[in-house]
Amino acid sequence: MIMVMATTTIMGTIITDMFAYEFMTNAFAASGIAALVSGIVGYFLVMRGQTFAGHALSHIGFAGATGAGLIGLAPLWGLLVFTLAAGIAMGALGERISNRDVAIGVILALALGFGLLFLHYYTSFATQATALLFGNVLAVDHSMIVTLAVLGVITLAALAAIMRPLIFATLQPELAEAKGVPMRFVSTAFLAIVALAVSQCAQIVGVLLVFTLMVGPPAAAQRLTTGLWSGLVASAALALAEAWLGLTIAFYTDWPVSFSIAALSALIYFASLMTSTQMGPAQATPAP
Amino acid sequence: MSIITVDQATLQVGGRTVLDDVSFKIEAGEFIGVLGPNGAGKTTLMRAILGLLSPERGSLKVFGRTPERGNPEIGYLPQVRTVLPDLRVRGRDFIASSLFGERWGLPLQSQLDGDAIEATLEAIGARDLAARPLSEMSGGERQRLLLAQALIGDPKLLLLDEPLISLDARHQEVAIDVVRTVCRERKITVLFSAHELNQLLGTLDRVLYLGNRQAVLGTVDEVVNTPVLSRLYGTEIQVFRAGGHIFVMSRGRDMERVDHVHDHDHGHGHNHDHGHHHH
Repeated sequence: MIMVMATTTIMGTIITDMFAYEFMTNAFAASGIAALVSGIVGYFLVMRGQTFAGHALSHIGFAGATGAGLIGLAPLWGLLVFTLAAGIAMGALGERISNRDVAIGVILALALGFGLLFLHYYTSFATQATALLFGNVLAVDHSMIVTLAVLGVITLAALAAIMRPLIFATLQPELAEAKGVPMRFVSTAFLAIVALAVSQCAQIVGVLLVFTLMVGPPAAAQRLTTGLWSGLVASAALALAEAWLGLTIAFYTDWPVSFSIAALSALIYFASLMTSTQMGPAQATPAP
Repeated sequence: MSIITVDQATLQVGGRTVLDDVSFKIEAGEFIGVLGPNGAGKTTLMRAILGLLSPERGSLKVFGRTPERGNPEIGYLPQVRTVLPDLRVRGRDFIASSLFGERWGLPLQSQLDGDAIEATLEAIGARDLAARPLSEMSGGERQRLLLAQALIGDPKLLLLDEPLISLDARHQEVAIDVVRTVCRERKITVLFSAHELNQLLGTLDRVLYLGNRQAVLGTVDEVVNTPVLSRLYGTEIQVFRAGGHIFVMSRGRDMERVDHVHDHDHGHGHNHDHGHHHH
């Protein structure tokens, strides 16, 4: 009892300490929004086996962000425009490109190269590059939170609108096609939604680390539960917990926030692998 | 009333003529075994019935109408089943995704939908699969789940494309038995494509045999004989009957799979090799 009370008091002090700073309050709000969106959208990204496409989108976004900086726009808008355009292009080109690792890899590398080129002509080279690549959540201001909230609502609303056919098309493409699901439209719309989520996620952990919130939590959630809804809730909750816990750890250790989140994401993913192995080895599944 | 009317239809896939000028009629409540070598057009025909493919020439009517994609009166079990290797979605959610999966919005399930899923799983003896993740099911278990799914929503016409593939001998018999029982009861017309005729002998009403861009529909006696099959295979075929089984041979080689038929040795769990059907 005394232990519990002591713990509560310590926790209370920790929280009061952190929230005494406005940049921490802002960081919690911004990372909370981005984590929820990433966890939910990422759940479908993992289910569809398109994580690499998601990763590529974020790199293309890097070129957009640095390009926007070059012409005097906020990096977020460049990021958004480039990822959206790339997401829609990938969807329109269909399975041929969006599931081809080599093609995506080449485009990804090219995009990073362009990002570097734009940075080369951009005066505040070093700080901008680090912030874009690895995130800078502690520098988030109030207007960014509002932007993230609006983008978050749009992203989740769009996802909700296509969620039913998206799940059908993901789990049973042949049948979904036969039942009249517009496959191309659904996959294009989904990649556009991923692009929106990537743009938000990159504001928190940077373009190189979007996997920490978009892939780690959903992958762990799928290990922990096999239900659709429970998986979705678990994925969002894990992403949120990782983001906030990562911020807290960073506050008290002075480690970079993105590192703390990345470490937590990896830790929770590998821990989830352990739990599902304990429940019994998977049966051999002969290919159909 | 004829459920399916095909009149002088020519079906092409990617410029290749799969069926050329074929005509036949399938009546309500019939159990049709769709047979023929790989590439003879079994899947193509089903896709045309689903409205995914229009005939180049001639006409194909389902329920008296030109088929349209997404007809809820048709239950379908596709042959190429993409199952992502690491899909940790449980059986119930997997088949629930197909229920009105073409509608927009959130995938909310009504009580009625839930009951329909439950009842179908029960009818097909697949309740044990509802809570298990797909990644941990064997090929046979997935197949049972998909069979249950094809029956949800009370279809009037069931298209089963090679539903016996990756099932062991015992589960093949169980699957045929379940389809027969459920479809007789609900008066569902069935197109059941398979590699082996013998297993379906006691169940099917008529055979639709495809081959050499042609299609012949009739009773087993009318279709599975030396002149008709020689024409469909484009080579000399001999048909033997022995002990209630039919053996289709070409120059001493089996054209139908004859081993494992009526095999009550339940120890067989290996995948069957259908390699010798490739032409």
